[in-house]
Amino acid sequence: MKLKIALFSVLTATLSFAAQAEAPGGKFAGEAEQMFRSSFKAENPKYWMKRLDQDETMKTCGIYRDNPPRKIGEKLEKQNAATIRYPVDGKLIGDWKEGEKLAAVGTGGHIGFIQPDPAGRVRGGNCYACHQLAKKELAYGTIGPSLQQFGKVRGSSEEIIKYTYDKIYNSNAFTACTNMPRFGLHSWLTPEQITHIVAFLIDPESPVNKD
Amino acid sequence: MIHRSIQSLAALAVAATFAGPLFAQDSKVADELAKYREALADGNPADLLEVKGESLWSEKRGPKKATLEQCDLGLGPGKLDGAYAQLPKYFKDTNKVMDVESRLVHCMVTLQGFTQAEVTRQWYSKPGKESDIEALVTFVGAKSNGKPINVPATHPAEAKMAKMGEYIFYRRSGPQDFSCAICHGQEGKRIRLQDLGNLTTKDGAGTAMKTWPSYRVSQGAVWTMQRRLIDCMRQARWPEPEYLADSVIALETYLQKTATGTVMETPGIKR
Repeated sequence: MKLKIALFSVLTATLSFAAQAEAPGGKFAGEAEQMFRSSFKAENPKYWMKRLDQDETMKTCGIYRDNPPRKIGEKLEKQNAATIRYPVDGKLIGDWKEGEKLAAVGTGGHIGFIQPDPAGRVRGGNCYACHQLAKKELAYGTIGPSLQQFGKVRGSSEEIIKYTYDKIYNSNAFTACTNMPRFGLHSWLTPEQITHIVAFLIDPESPVNKD
Repeated sequence: MIHRSIQSLAALAVAATFAGPLFAQDSKVADELAKYREALADGNPADLLEVKGESLWSEKRGPKKATLEQCDLGLGPGKLDGAYAQLPKYFKDTNKVMDVESRLVHCMVTLQGFTQAEVTRQWYSKPGKESDIEALVTFVGAKSNGKPINVPATHPAEAKMAKMGEYIFYRRSGPQDFSCAICHGQEGKRIRLQDLGNLTTKDGAGTAMKTWPSYRVSQGAVWTMQRRLIDCMRQARWPEPEYLADSVIALETYLQKTATGTVMETPGIKR
């Protein structure tokens, strides 16, 4: 009887493994990683090349094609939640007008020799690339959900404000391997800038909630 | 063809209208872009480059004063019809999987006697400085027009390259946590107003691959697939790979394999 159960569990384990798609690259993944890294110009500055380094979240998300098993996803979410840092004054909601600008800016941070951004180029969150926000802006993307009337629908409780801040700071704290960048973790946006985007989403006067 | 190209330059003035901010309804914008493409269908500015590529192909050049007419792009020396649609592929003489660009460079080195550095110095055009490689790729690409993409990747070296391309497609890194799959792994999504193909399906990859090389209105230049993919890495805020790097050829192999069966319509016109 015990043997039967053991056999059964081996069989189901094998089946569930087989049902799962093979990791990208299959048996060539290791070699592909080496090939990728060695494809970049030798004269690339070291600090550029750092951008190709992967943390555990990036690596794991790649292996599972951004769909990790729940258990592994939960582990990543916990790790990412632990990275969240707050502004020194503890205020999580800033100026929605500043946030509105940051949501629209798609430039900044491009490197390379052909078409890099000039030094000091304004860097934004580029929220409209993926989300619908203020009604008047029609050039919005659909990779993320619509955030129109974000605050109107959810209210402006402390809990909602903290959730919004945390989500922008590190989106993977809530959904491992989401498409959304981790703006705070990578210092792409400062904690203060994140509070402005929080205001843009939540402030009742913001066009996100007004229109 | 030259006459058609002059017409197309006039059409470009019309194109400038579309370069401004897009405030109109999405469908209206899509309609206007479709109309614009139609207007240019008789005279793609890339035609000029195709003519230039044709003369570069048959001109005696380089230290060896040779033409490229004996260049083997996979179907035998000088056989161009449908060659682009079957690349990248494994070449015995170099023991490498090569795409159209690496193979053309190889021919310019071996047949014409140029050094690799000489021929790749100007691999993409800049205002006032045209690229011979872009012209040659446009010429060779057009010779596959109407032919189905056919990269089954059956040779072990090709199969391996396609798998390595798949790995890179899903590999996330950089300050935005991007991979190719973030934008190109789902159906019916867009960035701002730009529709995104799902490159993991035959239809999506086919729509993307069948029109390269392509004239890019916003850039005023023809872009090759290498240029396109190197720019994707720029958009992902990664550093720049080397021109003709294996990882770019691997991505091309993965995408062409997925797109296999789709009929080529090149040179294309894009935003």
